[in-house]
Formats: sequence, structure tokens, C-alpha cells
Amino acid sequence: MNAWLTSLQAIVTREALRFLHQRGRFIAALVRPLVWLVVFAAGFRAALGLSIIPPYQTYITYETYIVPGLCGMILLFNGMQSSLSLVYDREMGSMRLLLTAPLPRWWLLLAKLIGSTAISILQAYAFLGIAWLYGIKMPALGYVAALPALAIAGLMLGALGLMLSSFIRQLENFAGVMNFVIFPMFFLSSALYPLWKMAEASILLHRICAANPFTHAVELIRFALYTEANLPALGWTLLATVVFLGLALWGYDPARGMIRRKG
Amino acid sequence: MTGLTVDNLGYSYGARRALDAVSFEVEPGAFCALLGPNGAGKSTLFGLLTRLFTSSEGRIEIAGHDISRNPLAALASIGVVFQQSTLDLDLTVERNLRYFAALHGIAGAEATRRIGEALDRLGMAERAKERARDLNGGHRRRTEIARALVHRPSVLLLDEPTVGLDASARAAITQHVHALCADEGLTVLWATHLTDEVWPDDRLVVLHRGKVLGDGTAAGLSKGRPLTEVFLEMTGGTP
Repeated sequence: MNAWLTSLQAIVTREALRFLHQRGRFIAALVRPLVWLVVFAAGFRAALGLSIIPPYQTYITYETYIVPGLCGMILLFNGMQSSLSLVYDREMGSMRLLLTAPLPRWWLLLAKLIGSTAISILQAYAFLGIAWLYGIKMPALGYVAALPALAIAGLMLGALGLMLSSFIRQLENFAGVMNFVIFPMFFLSSALYPLWKMAEASILLHRICAANPFTHAVELIRFALYTEANLPALGWTLLATVVFLGLALWGYDPARGMIRRKG
Repeated sequence: MTGLTVDNLGYSYGARRALDAVSFEVEPGAFCALLGPNGAGKSTLFGLLTRLFTSSEGRIEIAGHDISRNPLAALASIGVVFQQSTLDLDLTVERNLRYFAALHGIAGAEATRRIGEALDRLGMAERAKERARDLNGGHRRRTEIARALVHRPSVLLLDEPTVGLDASARAAITQHVHALCADEGLTVLWATHLTDEVWPDDRLVVLHRGKVLGDGTAAGLSKGRPLTEVFLEMTGGTP
């Protein structure tokens, strides 16, 4: 195996080990969407009537509608969690070890992104498994077709986290990320309500939702779960991945000196 | 070819000048102490030597590789021990070293062999299966030094590696690294603000406010006087 693949394997393994050591993180990542699925969806089922929209062929329950959005929520929170751990790693020093390896920096960061995305996908499948036990079942092939969609969406949201981590100077500023990134991204998307519902309320909000990359990530997962391809969603999600990753690599460019330290 | 060449290196944090025309050379196999008070620019210099960030002023050459022209070869030639611990505390000593070896493209039986050798050299072989969290400060530092040697670098950079250690652990680590230098021909740059870590025969570069104030052997610069006294005199400190 060459040095590139050896390093990739090591970085992914380390992410997995770190995840195994943080069981609380795994439970929290599952509890959050489950609360939405079991409590929120039950409360809002009656208030939020849904019409038949693609990819659905018939009327569906509200719980069924929000499952892809909640998968997206797992990927979004995990992307931000990995961003937090990157800022922590940078402050604590372990990021230095990674970035002084004799491999291109873009590869090292990409390997870290792949590692955190793999963890996100495992969490999303654990959630889909619990949803299945709860009675929300997708077509069997949909669970297979969802894998690439979850991977692309996970990479996009992980790249967003990587980009943010390159611009967040201190750990304390992470609370701002919660307020200004996670919540607007999640609520201004099709995760909890179809976009036509938003259009009824406000055209401006509808446009913002339609431009939100998270909306496209959720739609990509939603269609994939019903073994359908949503090409516009795929295109927008891939474009957002490239843009976020490009900005992240720029943010971590040694010439920009993000890792510098006065001394 | 020199072990390490720093030529006319400069760096600023905005308006604050952190390094100004810093130049020195370290011969292969030499132990060079980079002595400077806090804020002298030592960590900035280490950031540039390890390419955590780059500067457009000056030149750095490591084991014959210009770091701006051939960064990956230069990085492959160095082992680094940072001031802050970079161990993953939840992993065992052996797993920490294995992760690092993989970052240098070393895996499988070769990694196992080299990890064994490196831990042996630092007297840490019997602690290979212990979690880093369970080690004391001195053993953590030894683990980090062993890790920095796994890929057999020709230059070892240590940024204040004895910070937070008690006197005996400090003395042991200093002794170990001097021995590595003498026995295996490793080029060492050891940043410190503690004069008792510098031996009379060591190369010594005194850095203060981003400038080199002295460059020679420790014995040559101190001229028979206590090094602490000479260092404080050069840097305007008080005993």
C-alpha cells in the first residue's frame, strides 16, 4: 500500500477509534433526531398536512416525510461536531501532528473529511434502523441507494465544518456556529416541511430555502431512499462540496498561517 | 550539506515583528540549543521549520531540502516534538506511534519493527500497551520523542520539550536526546529558555525579540562565566 492509502487508512481508523471512545456522542447523535421523530412529528402531524409530491406516490405520514431530513440533521450536526473537534485539535496541538506529515495538506484534510463522513453515515444508518423498528420503512433497495447520497451529503456538510474550522479562531466562538449555521441551515430547508409550504408563507423564505445546500442534500437523500435520482439536488450538493472544500483548503493554506502561534 | 540552515528568515504577525533576519546553520549530527526567553520567537521559528505556516522572507533548508521548493522531502526528514503534547490520550503508546508511522507511509511489520526499536531506544518498550492518559509527564514526553524517531529522521526538532516536567524527568530527557545525537548522528534543534539544559559542548543560538544575539558553542559564548548570567546579560533579564 502506498503512503497515501496508508495515511488514509490510519486517519479513518483514528476517527473510528475516537468515536468509539465517545459513546455519549453516538447516543446524543441518535437521541436528537429520534426526539424529533417521536415527539415533534407526533405533535405536528395534524398541523402539517402533506400533499403527494415526488418521490412519494401516495399520501405519507409526517414521520415518513421527516426521516430524510433527520438523516440530514445527523450529517449536519456531525459535520459541525467534527469542525468543533478540529478547532479543539488545533488549540490542543494534535492538528500540528497531522499537518506536518510529509503528504500534501489537501490530502490529509480530505482523509480527515472522509473519516468523519464515514462515522456520520454509520450514525445515519443506525437512525434508519431505529426508524424501521418504529414502523417507518423505506423500499429495501432504498437503503442501498441511500449510501452514495449519504456519502455525498456527508462530505458536503463535513467540508462545510472543515471550512468553518479554518476560520474559527477560538473554541469559544463555536456557539456562534450553532446559532448562525446549524439552526438557519436546518430550519430554512425542506427537512421539516416541503418547500411549497414555505412558498405559501413567504416567497423570500422559499427562495432562501431553495438556495440552501442543505435542502438539496436532504432531497438527494429523500429521492435515493425511494431509489430515485434527483439530478439537480445531486449537482447542487456536489457544487457546494467543491466550494466548501476549496475554501477549507484555502483556509488551511500554510501561506495564510491559520495554524500560526505567537511565541 | 548542513543538517539545518536558516537564512535571513523573517516573519510578522501583523505589525508585530516576530522574527527578523534570523540566520544560523547546524552541522549534521550536532546538538544545537535555541535559547531564548518567552516571546523570543522560538515557537514561530518552529512553526516555519515544520511548515505549519510559511514566510516569503528568507530560506530554510532541512537535510539539503529547501522547504519552500521541496516541502514533502523536507518534512520527511524531520521528527518534531511540539511544546504542547500531541498524543491521543485515549490510545495506547503503541497505537499513537502506529498512527504517526502511517502518516509517514509506514505500516504492517515494518511499522511494528520500527515502533519496537524507537520505544526500546527511549526505554518505553514495556509501556507500549499502556494508554497515553495513564503515563506520567516524563513518560509522555519520551513517547513523543520515540514517535518522532519512528520514520528515522535526520533532524530532530524539539520545542521546549521539558515544559511541565520535574527536575529528574527534565534531566533524563535532556540526557536521552544528547545521547541520541552523539550515538546516532542525529541533528538536533532544542528550543528552551532553561540554561541548565545546555551542555558546554553544544552549539548555542541565543534568540531574543526575534533576533539572533549569539551563535557559537555554549562554552565559547559563556567564556568561563555561568551561562545563566551571560544569557540574562544578553537578553536584559534579571537573575
